[in-house]
Amino acid sequence: MTDKVEVDITIPNQTRYLGLIGRIGEDLVHSLGRYTGDREELAYHLNLVLTEAITNAICHANENDPDKQIQIQISASETSLKIKVFDEGEGFDLAELTACDMQDTDECGRGIHIIHRLMDNVKYHRSNNRNVLEMIKKLH
Amino acid sequence: MQLKTEEIGDVVLIEIEEERMDAHNSGTFKEQMLALFDEGKCNLIIDLSAVRFVDSSGLGALVSGFKNASAREGSLKLSGLQPQVRSMFELTRLHRVFEIFASVEEAQESF
Repeated sequence: MTDKVEVDITIPNQTRYLGLIGRIGEDLVHSLGRYTGDREELAYHLNLVLTEAITNAICHANENDPDKQIQIQISASETSLKIKVFDEGEGFDLAELTACDMQDTDECGRGIHIIHRLMDNVKYHRSNNRNVLEMIKKLH
Repeated sequence: MQLKTEEIGDVVLIEIEEERMDAHNSGTFKEQMLALFDEGKCNLIIDLSAVRFVDSSGLGALVSGFKNASAREGSLKLSGLQPQVRSMFELTRLHRVFEIFASVEEAQESF
């Protein structure tokens, strides 16, 4: 029997929906049947990664345009978490953002570093006139 | 952002009354701190006891406050971090930047 949960949500391009998506991510981890690791920590990390990825899509990719939308797909099983965040903007250079050398007292730029620290595989590419940030975390 | 401020001598205690600090409310928080700096109040304790979740935008707002306080020869100190919030400071190495205290009283005594 597979224990897989899939969620597909589209939200307006507004930061007021961050809390809602974060809560859905946390609830999803709590509903995973067979996960044996630290569930509270994984729930927090999923909330965080979703929040960072969606903020990036809203503010940078979609440039706060209220007419645009963000689509979020989450697929969770006992072996992996897969997240896709689609934006309708011009896109950005993930490698350049990642290579940026953060100073301790910089005010911006931590989001993408946090995503890289918490996820095993991160890529950003064009897909049918949109961009998608794909993130995978293996669960043991 | 929902918060409560209290002046204790020349220190302003800011209690954050939100469960989440993220891109939706951290911009307002920065402005609220700037208003205090404009009034010459540059010794701040930010009590995060009620905060369960903080993202990079929330951390960025705190860094902004820290730099503004330091530039005015004041200081911004933190208290009451919940374990997951504390782990965010460690993940981003910001625990090396901020003075972090277990309670408001301890932060207050350090001024």
